[in-house]
Amino acid sequence: MKSLLAPGHRGCAGCCDAMAAKFALMGAGEDCIVVNPTGCLEVMTTPFPETAWDVPWIHSLFENAAAVGSGIEAALKALGKADKAKVLVMGGDGATLDIGMRSISGAFERGHNLTYVCIDNEAYMNTGVQRSGATPYNASTTTSPSGKVSFGNPRPKKNMPAIMVAHGAPYVTTTSIGYPKDMINKVKKATEIEGPTYVHSHAPCTTGWGFDTSKTVEVAKMAVQTGLWPLYEVEDGEVTKVRKLGKNIKPVEEYLKMQRRFKHLFTMEGGEAEIAKIQAIADKNIEEFGL
Amino acid sequence: MAPENKLDKSKMVVVEGSYAVAHAAKVCRPNVISAYPITPQTHIVEDLSQFMADGEIPNCEYINVESEFSALSALVGSSAAGARCYSATTSQGLELMHEVLFNISGMRLPVVMTIANRAVSAPISIWNDHQDAISQRDTGWLQLYAENIQEVSDMTAQAYKISEDKDILMPSMTCMDGFILSHVYEPVVLLEQDLTDEFLPTYEPEYVLDPKNPMSFGAFADPNYYTEFRYMQEQAMQRALKKIEDVANEFYDVYGRYYGGLIDEYRTDDADIIIMAMGSIVGTIKDVIDKLRDRNVKVGLLKVRSFRPFPVEAIKNVVKDAKVVVVLDKNISLGLNEGALFTETKSSLYNTDIRVPVVGYMVGHGGRDIKFDTIEKIVAEAEDVIKTGIKIESQFTDVKEELL
Repeated sequence: MKSLLAPGHRGCAGCCDAMAAKFALMGAGEDCIVVNPTGCLEVMTTPFPETAWDVPWIHSLFENAAAVGSGIEAALKALGKADKAKVLVMGGDGATLDIGMRSISGAFERGHNLTYVCIDNEAYMNTGVQRSGATPYNASTTTSPSGKVSFGNPRPKKNMPAIMVAHGAPYVTTTSIGYPKDMINKVKKATEIEGPTYVHSHAPCTTGWGFDTSKTVEVAKMAVQTGLWPLYEVEDGEVTKVRKLGKNIKPVEEYLKMQRRFKHLFTMEGGEAEIAKIQAIADKNIEEFGL
Repeated sequence: MAPENKLDKSKMVVVEGSYAVAHAAKVCRPNVISAYPITPQTHIVEDLSQFMADGEIPNCEYINVESEFSALSALVGSSAAGARCYSATTSQGLELMHEVLFNISGMRLPVVMTIANRAVSAPISIWNDHQDAISQRDTGWLQLYAENIQEVSDMTAQAYKISEDKDILMPSMTCMDGFILSHVYEPVVLLEQDLTDEFLPTYEPEYVLDPKNPMSFGAFADPNYYTEFRYMQEQAMQRALKKIEDVANEFYDVYGRYYGGLIDEYRTDDADIIIMAMGSIVGTIKDVIDKLRDRNVKVGLLKVRSFRPFPVEAIKNVVKDAKVVVVLDKNISLGLNEGALFTETKSSLYNTDIRVPVVGYMVGHGGRDIKFDTIEKIVAEAEDVIKTGIKIESQFTDVKEELL
C-alpha cells in the first residue's frame, strides 16, 4: 500500500501523528483532499517551501477544519466534481473536542459528505503538553500538573464518539494507531459511507506521555487491552462491532506505569485509591461494550 | 473627466437594497454561498435562500452554517477548491470572522462579501455606522464603500472582477450602510445577467485543491519566509489601486454606469472647503453643498469609495489646492479621539508639500441621523479654520450633553 505521507517530515521519533496520518491516508486513498487544523501534524509536515503531503492539503485555522471541509465538499458538488475527491479532515484532540467543537457540530448537523478523523493524543502536544478535553483522569500535564494537593487532571475524558453518535452520523468508530489494519479499514469504510462520518483514533505521544520512542505501538495496544480505550463501531446509532478482549484483559496499572504522566500515582499517598478509580473507568467500558 | 452616468430609466424597478444586492450576487454566478443571518444583513441571505429554493442559481450550493465564523471558514475551503464564493454579514458577525479574514487574504482567495455596516456592541446597537468594517481594515481585504443601492449592487460585480484578477487575488468587502441602504426601497436597474456574463468572466483559479495535482495550501512559514508573504500581499493591494479604476471604467463600458474609481468628486473644481466621507452620507452632503453653493460658499465633496487600498495619490490630487479639508468619520479609533479616514488622510499629506489644514468630525455613531444642520455647522466651522487656523483638530458631533 502506497504511503501518501512522505518520509522526511519533522515529527519526533515514534510520533503518533505521523502514523495516524499515514494510516488514515491508506484508508482514504489518493483521491482525497485533506483538511488539517493547527497542531503538531500541520507544523511538522509543511514547513514552507516543503510539504510531506502527496495529496491536496489545506490548513486554515485551529478551530474551523470541519467548516473548511464543509466548504470543500460544497464546492466539489457545485462544480460537478463530487465523485473526483473525498474530503478527509484530520485534527488533534484540542482542535476536535475543544476549540473546533462548534464547527464539527455544524458540519455533522448539516450532513456534509466528509470523514473526520480525530487523532487523540490526549493533550495539546504542539504547545508543550497542556490539558485538553480529551486528557484522561489523573494525567499530569503542564496545566493540570500533579502536586502536593493534586493528582493531575481532575476530570475524565469528554466522550466525543458519543457526542458524534448523538449528531446522527451514519458511522462513528473508535480505533487506535496500535492497530494499523483496524484503523486503515475503518477510515476506508468511513470514506465510503455517504454523509458525515467520524473516526476517533487513540494516538499515544511519546513526548507528552513520557515513554521510550520505540514504545508508541505497545502503549497504544495496552490502552485497548485494559479496556480504557474500547474499539467499536456505531452505524446509524447502533453499536455494530466491538473488538473483544476475552480473557486477555490487562489491569490498568500495567498501562499507567508505562507512562511518566501517571508516575505520581505510584509515589503519592492515596495513589492506590486513584488507580482504583481509573480501573473503575475501564471496568465500566468492559461492561458497557461487553469486552 | 469622469464618464457621465447613463441610468436607463426604462429598466428601473423599485426594490429593497438587500434585494438588489442579493440579485447582484446571483447574476455573478456564485458556486458556493455560505452565510449566517444577522440584522441588518438578514434580507440579503433570505433573498438568496429564496433564489436557491426557486432553482434560480445554477451550479451553486448554499451552506446554512451555525455561525459567521464557519460561514467564512467554509469559503476558505470552497474558494481553495475552485468555487466562486459569496457571503454577507455585519457588525458582531464580521467581528466574529476576524481571524478567518486574515486567513482568506493570506491564502489569496478572492472571496467577495457584502457588509451591511452596523455599530458594534457594547452597548448593543443594530443601527448603522462604520465601526465594524473599519475594525477590520488591516486584515488584507479590499474595502469599497457605496453611496446608494445602485452603487452597491453594481459594486458586487466589480468586486469579483477586481478580486479574481490574477495580479490581485485579494478578497473584497463591499460596504453598504445598514438599514439606510439595506432596508430602503429605491428605483434601481438590477444587474442584467447577459451584461454581467459579458463583464465578469468565469472564475478560473490557477491553484486548486485537486488530487490530480496535489498542492499544499496554508503551509507553515518560519521567519525565513513569512515576511515575503506579507510583502506580496501589500504589493497586490498597491496593484489594486489601478485595477479598481480600470474595472470602474470597464463597468461603465458595458453597463453605462459610473460612480468613481477609488474616489469620486462633487463640485470640487474651485472648492476652498472639501468635505471627505464614505457611504450613504455623501448623498446628504451633496444636497447641503448645492444649498451652500447657492449662497456662494465654495464647498465640494471628496467621496472615498476605496478605503483599502487607501487612495493616497487620488486624495492628494483633489485636496492640494483647497483651503481646508473636513473629514467625516462614522467610526472612532478609541484612544486617539479620531476617525480612521481622518487619521489616514492626515498621514497621506504629512510628508508632502501640501499644507492644507485637515479637521475631523466623528458623526452618526450607532445610527444617529446626520442632519443638514450638522453639516452646515461643520462647514461654518471650516470657514473659521480658513480664517483663524485649527482650534479643535478632531471632535464628536451632536453629543447630548444632558445625557453625560
